[in-house]
Amino acid sequence: MKVKLLSRNPDDYVRETKLDIQRVPRNYDPSLHPFEVSREYTRALNATKLERVFAKPFLASLDGHRDGVNCLAKHTTNLSTLLSGSCDGEVKVWNLTKRECVRTLQAHEGFVRGMVVRHCGTSFFTVGDDKTIKQWKIEAPAYGEEEEPLNTILGKTVFTGLDHHRKEGVFATCGQQVDVWDEQRSSPIRSFTWGVDSFSAVRFNPVETELLASCASDRSIVLYDMREPAPLKKVIMTMRSNTVCWNPMEAYYFTCSNEDYNLYTYDMRHLEKPVTVHMDHVSAVLDLDYSPTGKEFVSASFDKTIRIFPKDGGHSREVYHTKRMQHVICIKWSADNKYILSGSDEMNIRLWKANAAEKLGVLAPRERQAANYSQKLKEKYQHHPQIKRIANHRHLPKIIYHQTREQRVMKEARRKKERNVRKHSRPGTVPVVSEKEKHVVTVVK
Amino acid sequence: MAATSEAVVNPAHVEKTKKPPARYWDELQDGKDENKVGKDGEQTGETLPQKHVEKAKKRKNDEDRGDAKKFISGKPDPFPGPAHISKDRMQKFKRRDKTKKIPRQHYKLKDMMARSDEVSELAQKQAARIDLLLPEDAGFLEGDEDEDTCTISQEDISDAVDITSASKYFDLKLSQFGPYRLDYSRTGRHLLLGGRRGHIACIDWQTKRLMCEINVMESINDVKWLHSEAMYAVAQKKWLYIYDSNGIELHCIRKFNDVLRMQFLPYHFLLATVSATSFLQYLDVSVGKEVAAINTKTGRLDVMCQNPQNAIVHLGHSNGTVTLWSPNQKEALVKMLCHQGAVRSVAVDKTGTYMVTSGMDKKLKVYDIRAFKPLKSYFLPAGASCLSLSQRGLLSAATGDIVQVYRDVWSTPVTKPYMAHRVQRTVWGMHFCPFEDVLGVGHGEGFTSMLIPGAGEPNFDGLDSNPYRSAKQRQEWEVKALLEKIHPELITLDPTELGQVDQATSQQKHQDRVQALGFDPLAKEKFIPRYKKKGRSSAGSIERRKRQVANEDLRETVQQSSEDKMKIEKERKEREKKEVLLSSKKSALDRFKK
Repeated sequence: MKVKLLSRNPDDYVRETKLDIQRVPRNYDPSLHPFEVSREYTRALNATKLERVFAKPFLASLDGHRDGVNCLAKHTTNLSTLLSGSCDGEVKVWNLTKRECVRTLQAHEGFVRGMVVRHCGTSFFTVGDDKTIKQWKIEAPAYGEEEEPLNTILGKTVFTGLDHHRKEGVFATCGQQVDVWDEQRSSPIRSFTWGVDSFSAVRFNPVETELLASCASDRSIVLYDMREPAPLKKVIMTMRSNTVCWNPMEAYYFTCSNEDYNLYTYDMRHLEKPVTVHMDHVSAVLDLDYSPTGKEFVSASFDKTIRIFPKDGGHSREVYHTKRMQHVICIKWSADNKYILSGSDEMNIRLWKANAAEKLGVLAPRERQAANYSQKLKEKYQHHPQIKRIANHRHLPKIIYHQTREQRVMKEARRKKERNVRKHSRPGTVPVVSEKEKHVVTVVK
Repeated sequence: MAATSEAVVNPAHVEKTKKPPARYWDELQDGKDENKVGKDGEQTGETLPQKHVEKAKKRKNDEDRGDAKKFISGKPDPFPGPAHISKDRMQKFKRRDKTKKIPRQHYKLKDMMARSDEVSELAQKQAARIDLLLPEDAGFLEGDEDEDTCTISQEDISDAVDITSASKYFDLKLSQFGPYRLDYSRTGRHLLLGGRRGHIACIDWQTKRLMCEINVMESINDVKWLHSEAMYAVAQKKWLYIYDSNGIELHCIRKFNDVLRMQFLPYHFLLATVSATSFLQYLDVSVGKEVAAINTKTGRLDVMCQNPQNAIVHLGHSNGTVTLWSPNQKEALVKMLCHQGAVRSVAVDKTGTYMVTSGMDKKLKVYDIRAFKPLKSYFLPAGASCLSLSQRGLLSAATGDIVQVYRDVWSTPVTKPYMAHRVQRTVWGMHFCPFEDVLGVGHGEGFTSMLIPGAGEPNFDGLDSNPYRSAKQRQEWEVKALLEKIHPELITLDPTELGQVDQATSQQKHQDRVQALGFDPLAKEKFIPRYKKKGRSSAGSIERRKRQVANEDLRETVQQSSEDKMKIEKERKEREKKEVLLSSKKSALDRFKK
């Protein structure tokens, strides 16, 4: 007779001293782990619920301006520095880690329309309603020294926007026309016009650094090459665009925020129809900024909310609002991809987390692992109705909630009417026009 | 030829041995060495050493191609590439088939699918690799030549094995409170005994430490551990009671009356009970709520078991049927007629594949419950009153006071039991201890713990049920388990259903969307040929040519099918003709035709 019985030595399974960690022998045999899918689903459900529980995006409010905040500028080399310009011509420099204002200067008379930090991070430019472009030092003046700009250029007309070249000492302004300036000269090196209109924003492409995009008040977005004497092309839409922003990772995509409550992402090479239409706002979109990863962007709207959109998604993944925040005029996504800064009408700058449920600070390895795991679970089960419902639910202010519903009804009615017209007319006479095609009038080259 | 070459090569070889052992910096000197060999060769022959060098080079190339990793010492890896994993081991950890390639998939989706396939294959491989590191092997019992294992007595086994294992064979003489039912906790450390006449005892049976002992002064129908060894449920004469491990009554649940049998679903935290009033009830023990009460309308219910893979409860009835139940449906999911007489006992194996039933018709039957097919049928002269399946698939059947253990009842026709043992009185309850080679038998004279080599799963999973866990670990596990408690709505026949694509709903959704929009947003755009002046093969003409070919193909198939139809028609007519001819010949039996 040969016999062997299971006889485990407890020493192999129990820790030796209290200072050791517990031994956990594993056996991955699937038959020892029944209900794999349902347990995983339960975990995913819990993770989704916890995400909603921990979603507290609002971090801080920076107050100190005496008028609405009209423009924001990120520091190019320093994460903790933020510049803001207000409607009374005041510029403030903020320290974000301490959440305090470190410097205040009266830059212009009237609005500060645009502001940008030079690529080296030692000085910044402002434009204002007083028809001047001023260059300032980032550093505060020493004790007893006068607060004076390094350089002042007097323009002929009011400037409405400003952007600086990524590498060279060249910047662009817009107003009656788009001007490209050399820092060393007091007159523009190039001036672009295309019809008589005024421009509201101008942006340099961060990758193809010679390219420019601007929004004109004749409902068009115009593209320029700095090296050429004439503009490249423009697309005319049904409504006016307020600002434009290039995707920092995919240089040929740019997104514009429009007066018709939508945002449009265009491929620069095919302006005939936008790549994506981003809908969700219930009022004009005033500003947007891409995340440094180029995967998402944030938009600020007249409807007193901030929304975060995936770059190729038609609807927002997140909406931020507070009771006190009024029309959001300017918005920036911080360079470390973690924070969002918004400046609004009621004189405050607000600091938000880009990922509402994210834990800030250093994570322990186990914490990080758990976070990654739950992230993956959420991703895996995101289409299950129960999980989707919880993940998508956002509390909205009453007005916005009702406006959204109202607009949905209006849209449905319009669609129904169109469908009926199509039904009762000769086939082919009323073609289906997709949402993307609807908003583009023409492309001019 | 070979001899000559050897003779020539040998001296060179001798020369080589004088060299110091190979070092990684030798590669730098390779050229020099070759020169040296060449020089040696000049002494012996002119051409052959060149060949030798070439040969060496060729081998090196081969190795490079073979992906062999070279060590720093210059020695080639004798086992290049990843270690081989046997097929059946890979099969064991297989969770799904590779996703089928759908023609004209979106490139992003295709990429995602490919990546997920890759990841799951990697996981499967890694799990299969780790299988090698499992510390314990299963037990076994082999007789000598001409010795049946069923003739080996428990005493012989306990003499032959080590002291700790031998101490697992014991008898508890409890004749006073008569026949006992029992339950092992999920880790296999704790034993719960419930005597018919009200005696309850909790024992840490390996150390033989008595945790509590009470008498409820009422008849007891069944006992069951709840999720941990801190609590257990007792089905008493009238109500269901819950006690803690010190014997303190925690709850008396009056909603559950006349309970005869209980099953605990550990991942759902559900206690399923069946009663003499033919009710199947589910109690959520984490919140204390009744989840479902189902009137089965089948009379007294005292045969019950659960499928550990999908948490479906199997009930045996007096008319020979076995019914499958989930808490979500008022009707039985499945009704199977298994026996001619009443069903006496039901058991389902760990993998949820096989069900073993025994009935009053003295038969023991094995079913595949995924396909609901009978696999084997055995005749036991005395009929089995109690069945229990071990983790490794041993079946124990009690016939009167004899406990028989069978091996491989579903794969091979069994003629002899694997082991047999006679206890003092009629067997009342029987359970294999998880993760141990032990079978606990409750009978009229008390309790017997038997040694059954090869019954228990040798390697437990520390995060799931750890027999050696400390109090702290148990608490942690309890919190995790409660967080992962599966909703009772998710109990279905196929537990993987939740992870599959719900195509019906998505199609319905798409249809609704098409209806709302008035057009199909996913419809493929009609091809519009590009206006092209140069070149003969314009996109339009290519398209035209394609269409022409397609039309020709279509024409051919239509022709073919019409010809086939004609042929079939012809044959049919001929057959009819023949039949008519045949029928014209009348036979004597034709008058009975209708």
